[in-house]
Amino acid sequence: MFNMIDKVWIIPALMASSFLVILFFGKRWGTRATAGIGIAAVSICLMLSVIVAGNWISRVNHPPTGAALAADVVQANGLTPQTGENIAAEANAATHDSGETVAAGSTATMSESEHTEASASEHGAEHESVPPVVRTVTWFQIGGIEFEMGTLVDGLAAMMLITVCIISLLVHIYSTEYLHGDVRFTHYYAFLSLFTASMLFYVLSSNTLQMLVGWELVGVCSFGLIGHWWEEKKNTDAALKAFLTNRVGDIGLILGVIITFFAAGGTSFNVLHINEYALSQSANTTLLLVGALCLFGGVTSKSGQFPLHTWLPDAMAGPTPVSALIHAATMVVAGVYLIARLYPVFFSGLAIGSSTFHYVAFIGGFTTIIGGLLAFVQTDLKKVLAYSTISQLGYMVMALGVGAWTAGVFHLFTHAFFKACLFLGAGSVSHACHHTFDMREMGGLRKKMPITHATFLIATLALAGIFPLAGFWSKDEILAGSASGQDNAYTIMLIFGLITAFLTAAYMGRAYWMTFWGDYRGHAKPHESPKVITVPLMVLAGCAVVLGFTNFPKSFFGFKLPGSLTTRFEHFVEPTFAFPPIQHAAFTPWLAVASTILAAGGLFVAYQYYEKNRGPHGLTSRNKVALAGYTFLENKYYLDDLYTGVVAGSTKGPIARAANWFNQNILDGIINGIGLGARKIAAVVYVVADQLIIDGAVNGSGQGSEGAGQLLRKIQTGKVQQYASILFAGAVVLAGVLVFVV
Amino acid sequence: MFLNQFLLLAAILFCIGVYGVLARKNGVLVLMSIELILNAVNINLVAFGAYWNANDNTNVSGQVFALFVIAVAAAEVGVGLALVLLIYRNRQSIDIDDVDMLKG
Repeated sequence: MFNMIDKVWIIPALMASSFLVILFFGKRWGTRATAGIGIAAVSICLMLSVIVAGNWISRVNHPPTGAALAADVVQANGLTPQTGENIAAEANAATHDSGETVAAGSTATMSESEHTEASASEHGAEHESVPPVVRTVTWFQIGGIEFEMGTLVDGLAAMMLITVCIISLLVHIYSTEYLHGDVRFTHYYAFLSLFTASMLFYVLSSNTLQMLVGWELVGVCSFGLIGHWWEEKKNTDAALKAFLTNRVGDIGLILGVIITFFAAGGTSFNVLHINEYALSQSANTTLLLVGALCLFGGVTSKSGQFPLHTWLPDAMAGPTPVSALIHAATMVVAGVYLIARLYPVFFSGLAIGSSTFHYVAFIGGFTTIIGGLLAFVQTDLKKVLAYSTISQLGYMVMALGVGAWTAGVFHLFTHAFFKACLFLGAGSVSHACHHTFDMREMGGLRKKMPITHATFLIATLALAGIFPLAGFWSKDEILAGSASGQDNAYTIMLIFGLITAFLTAAYMGRAYWMTFWGDYRGHAKPHESPKVITVPLMVLAGCAVVLGFTNFPKSFFGFKLPGSLTTRFEHFVEPTFAFPPIQHAAFTPWLAVASTILAAGGLFVAYQYYEKNRGPHGLTSRNKVALAGYTFLENKYYLDDLYTGVVAGSTKGPIARAANWFNQNILDGIINGIGLGARKIAAVVYVVADQLIIDGAVNGSGQGSEGAGQLLRKIQTGKVQQYASILFAGAVVLAGVLVFVV
Repeated sequence: MFLNQFLLLAAILFCIGVYGVLARKNGVLVLMSIELILNAVNINLVAFGAYWNANDNTNVSGQVFALFVIAVAAAEVGVGLALVLLIYRNRQSIDIDDVDMLKG
């Protein structure tokens, strides 16, 4: 097959050129051409990404041998003429060009060769170390260090390529209808292309410096698209909030990149180089700890982790397809991707799997709970989904934090599809209901929008983790990972995970029933959306059904598929080169049952509380005769009503309110207390230090400089030639000093 | 090869240029004087370049520097003439003593 893996830079470059073409010619060529260019570019990218994935799969299945590796490297130099400009650069490129030479064993670090040997002897050919394909060119040279830019392709990158391209393509198609007639249609599509290009650039980065560039680029696109309708103040505020909140984390990211650069010898930003260093025996774990914490600051903002999650719900001010693409499926997982990509840094720095310092796991677990609780008090459908995204991102981070790398990345993969489906479904609903997202003005839409309803339901069940949809498999892998990791040290994470399993099902059930069941409460005339909108929904719903099977466990309640069909995701995506020895939790039946029961319970509670509580009144007032039987059936549930009304009403609402109260009173109280204390201290400081000492100094210096200024202004005549004379005189004096004195 | 004739010529040109810049009131003449200064430098560069590499015809770094200076001077005079033009449009005069709005 055509070897795309060497020329993978074409993919982001294609999207970038699409951006430029739309930017310069979009207005002139009209909206159809604009959308066409975008869609065509993403389609080609998707095809190329599939080829890349195919190349990677065949590479894993037939790992290159030493001779082939050498040939690979030579060929690569032939294929990248940029590196061939001078011999030195080429030689440098040859050594850096790939981890492959390193993998061949010549300069492998101690731990690395051990790891390779161990895995080769244990698993035979199946788990041989397959190095990523790295292709680089020299970017610039400063201070004797050569900075490179290039592409790094492994299973993780290939997986992200496909995910980003599929969702981006569907969003491009969907937007042709959703933003039909928008004033800034061209601007919108240009940004979509730029975003896709940046995200692809980011996931393919071969070094951390390049990742930083991609990271900032996606941030800019996010800013531009949140503020797409900038005529309304709240949209620009949301855009600014997103941008500024992300800046806070970006500082952490920049510091982390710098720290890891110097920790790893100060010679290369290369991801593989840093990862190898982090795993080597000589690694400075203190530096790595600081580096990992700084990097995690970036993750906290970009992936909406507590306490920097606040921008994500506000980001829903952007057009809904953008929310699906950027704020649910792809950009917000950039942080999770960063952890996954630099996992050895986090693994060694934070001692995942061997310490009691579960920083990453705890933040993830905490975020998943607070996100889930806040979703209950939202009446805006998109905000429910936004909080759900925060919660699920917390899940992924928690999985990575407990050492369940594959589970976290797998959840990233499955979540992207069903969350995109939910967002696009919400968009479809809003499209039908006069552009409102208020669930109080919806209801009863299942009859009017059957396709949207069906796909939304599938995605809801997938998110809730109902067997056999995608969310079930990834969520259970995370739970199993938390349960088995490090001798049950992660019990609290497991509890967080199980609570969230219940919460997720409950709030999604609430949103689902409020939107699609009961009576229609709005004033528009809802209708099913056109095919351009429903087909992407169906594709995503299909993905939400089947993608879970890509990582089918080795043994499912004793049921065993042939080895070539189980844990494919793990087999192809998990790095085997420069990667810490992580655990793989086996499928845990009791957990799967428990989480499914919790999820089903959550849906049931939501059903009882939000549907049955309200259903009878609306239905009976509309059509008493026809619905008498239905009402009778309702009455059967009266006890359940009371029960769930009491249980759900007295626990769920209060818990959510308590979380809110906690937020308002305790957290704010602490902050206000600190503020008051600081004010008191400040008052004392003000009188003594500020007024007497500092003001004295400042006033003194001010008066001094004013006096000096008064003197000097006499020289400033405004006549250029006088200045020139003074300049010349000064130069003469300096020259005199140089000639006669020095 | 004697260096001092060239250096003397350059010094004279430079002095004329400095005089022009400091003493003339006409903006265009000031710009022309700046050209004189720059060309004095060019003469120095070429002279030194030729002097130090008299036996090596391939080393023309002094001359190349002079080329750079000429290019920069062209750009500079472009900006300068534009400024003079605008000053003239605003004040109907190019006496640079009149332009003293930045007086402190």
